Amino acid sequence: MNRTGRIRPLAGLLVGMLLVWAGQAAGQTVRAVMDTEVKYLDPHWTTADISQVHGYMVYDTLFALDEKGQPQPQMVDTYRLSADKLTYTFTLRDGLKWHDGRPVRAADAVASLKRWAVKDAAGQKLMARAASLEAVNDKTFVLKLREPYGLTIRTLAKVFSYVPFIMPERYAVQNPSKPFEGEVIGSGPFMFAAKEWVPGAKTVYVKFKDYVPRKEPASYYAGGKRVNVERVELVVIPDQSTAVAALEKGEVDYMQRPHVDQWPLLRKNPNIRVYQSDVLEMHIHPNHLAPPFDNLKGRQALMLMVNQEDYLRAIAGDPENWRTCYSYLGCKGWLETDAGADLLKKPDLERAKQFLAEAGYKGEKIVVMAPSDIPTTNAASLTTAAQLRKLGVNVDLQAMDWGTLTSRRPIKDPPSKNPGGWHIFHSRSGYEEVKDPWGHAPISTACDKAWFGWPCSPRATKALEELANVTPGTEAFRKTLTEYHVALMENIPYVPLGEYYVLAAYRKDRLSNILETPLPLFWNMVKK
Amino acid sequence: MLAYIVRRILAMLPVMGIVVVFVFLLVRIAPGDPAAIIAGDYATPENIQKIRVGLGLDKPIHVQFGIYVMNLIRGDLGRSLHSRLPVRQLIEQRLEPTVALAVSTLTFAICLAIPLGILAAWRAGSLIDRAVMVFAVGGFSIPVFWLGFLLIYAFSVKLDMLPVQGYVSFRQGFLPFIRHLILPTVTLGLVYMALLARITRASVQEVLQSDYIRTANAKGVHPITVLFVHALKNAAVPVVTTIGVGFALLIGGVVITESVFALPGLGRLTVDAVLQRDYSIIQGVTLIFSFVYALVNLVVDLSYTLFDPRIRY
Repeated sequence: MNRTGRIRPLAGLLVGMLLVWAGQAAGQTVRAVMDTEVKYLDPHWTTADISQVHGYMVYDTLFALDEKGQPQPQMVDTYRLSADKLTYTFTLRDGLKWHDGRPVRAADAVASLKRWAVKDAAGQKLMARAASLEAVNDKTFVLKLREPYGLTIRTLAKVFSYVPFIMPERYAVQNPSKPFEGEVIGSGPFMFAAKEWVPGAKTVYVKFKDYVPRKEPASYYAGGKRVNVERVELVVIPDQSTAVAALEKGEVDYMQRPHVDQWPLLRKNPNIRVYQSDVLEMHIHPNHLAPPFDNLKGRQALMLMVNQEDYLRAIAGDPENWRTCYSYLGCKGWLETDAGADLLKKPDLERAKQFLAEAGYKGEKIVVMAPSDIPTTNAASLTTAAQLRKLGVNVDLQAMDWGTLTSRRPIKDPPSKNPGGWHIFHSRSGYEEVKDPWGHAPISTACDKAWFGWPCSPRATKALEELANVTPGTEAFRKTLTEYHVALMENIPYVPLGEYYVLAAYRKDRLSNILETPLPLFWNMVKK
Repeated sequence: MLAYIVRRILAMLPVMGIVVVFVFLLVRIAPGDPAAIIAGDYATPENIQKIRVGLGLDKPIHVQFGIYVMNLIRGDLGRSLHSRLPVRQLIEQRLEPTVALAVSTLTFAICLAIPLGILAAWRAGSLIDRAVMVFAVGGFSIPVFWLGFLLIYAFSVKLDMLPVQGYVSFRQGFLPFIRHLILPTVTLGLVYMALLARITRASVQEVLQSDYIRTANAKGVHPITVLFVHALKNAAVPVVTTIGVGFALLIGGVVITESVFALPGLGRLTVDAVLQRDYSIIQGVTLIFSFVYALVNLVVDLSYTLFDPRIRY
């Protein structure tokens, strides 16, 4: 055989091997379309959901919630609570490493918790009770409390913003008011591929080969985080129709939040599976400092005008996409109760008109801020405007983008005193958030320290504090929960408009073993 | 000529200065608080204020402007308020898709529009002329995003001939690069083509009435030579002007096209920056676009000398 005769088969073999390798590499890459881009790399800096998604990829947490909503150890191997319920001793698991190869130490955990608690409401409540939080050695740290706090572990298992991610001490000691400076180094199951990051377009994560998952199977945010893919690309496709077309064609494998008008199309496709990833609750937030909503009758009028089914139909379409819910604390959750919800359950426009008059409303303009760039919130705003008009209210419906709304909602003055003032805006909360009133900012009734709207109810605030120290499942817990919910219903921090579902979609011919969590998680997932 | 070029470049400086001041003030006057957007929905007012201080947005506006100008003089466009990456780096990352789209659109539009316009002018009043004009009106009237969706549905979803979205650099292969650009180019190019075809037709039709064209025809010069050598060259000035003015149309269209086809270009960077109130990026991109537009106008003005020897600077 001559030289050419020897080279050709070798070249063919080489090309074949390269093609197989390329195919495998491509096959082990998951491309996911996210709701928004990864902009912020420091999950302690912002409450944006996408930053928490990024956080779950590259960082780990001490505890996490399982599918039953119970806190489970994650980075923690064992923990002990002293007999007087004042001292928690945590020991980290073996084999935890940072992405740069250094071992994870207790000092990293301590610094991270301190940084996280500066901004997180639930963390602040925990640290307000803490006498000290210190590392004893490289694997053990101790939290000493001044008084028992039944929510300690649940707080550390928090799964929504701000999630208590653990980062290296040298980053955690930096100013929490600014994003940390330096590389993104975590101990989570994926590593951030900084060189491939195109903010606004693509964020890439690669498998961290030295990650040691827990032995138990994955369960919601807890359990073993086994990574079965080599690479995850989070992409942004701004237009929904284009994103759905890309999923149908197989250019992407997963889509975080298709709009409700795309669901019928996705459900019809035999290669695509849609699943319920989250439940959201929409609210009407009245300004408790602006007449007539500074008067309880004014807020009760709002509650009486609400027919949840009308709102949910406007927000989410067909009844299969939503459910009514008369609880401030989520339905089908561990805190569900509808104690005191009579006004909400029985809409009555005539009575609402009467209450509005009793609140002193005399025909002045009521400013409703409507974010036209968020379809669901805008739908709720338009429905509220229509309902208010039925009550004879002089509605000033102001359309704006969400960015403008967030800059106006801190204005406490009513519109009569400040042109930027407002009476009503709408927002939504996630399922995990409403089930955690200690961390759910919108439900705070701390008066001028409360969230926008500034609800004020010392009775509700006190009941919430007491609820934190009562053992769940007991009669005392049920009574305190009832007292808390009745106090909320008698103050009306906001008007709950019911719950609607969020779906995610993926190519079922390519992906399997997806964890059906509110935030997309990419461990456990298998790509064929 | 060189003196003219230098004068024009120097004249750009006060224009850029006005743009700098105008954009700086405009983004800060517009409602919206980048600190609140960064902090997220559940941040407290205290946390938002801390972010504001951390970003230097609490400083008086004239101080912020002074810092911005000093950095600009050093060639520093600042850092994104959100990602904290240098604006220059972000622009460099996004430049290639936008340049690729702009060049392919221009090429596509010019290569098709000019022959169509000439054809329409040559056969003025005929069915061909009317067809070209209907196409021109239609092309100009069709919303870019609607056309984009239609093309995606037809060629990507139904016929499975072309990708739906995304961008592949030419460094990763010429064929994938071209395949990803075809639909966005046609989408954006159609509007531009419609405008150019109309102007070309009008301009060529006027020139075709000239004595020298009549003489050339009488001498038996081939019609193609008459059209493309004599007529087009003399009709080129308004056409080239339209190409330059239409560049602004292109920039606006690029924003929409990049959103529909998920191209990671400067257009999308701008839209995202506006929605997020990322002042640094808005200022940086506006400055770049203004500079490029001024440069395009200079090139257009200089090109007149190629088509009309009577024009000298």
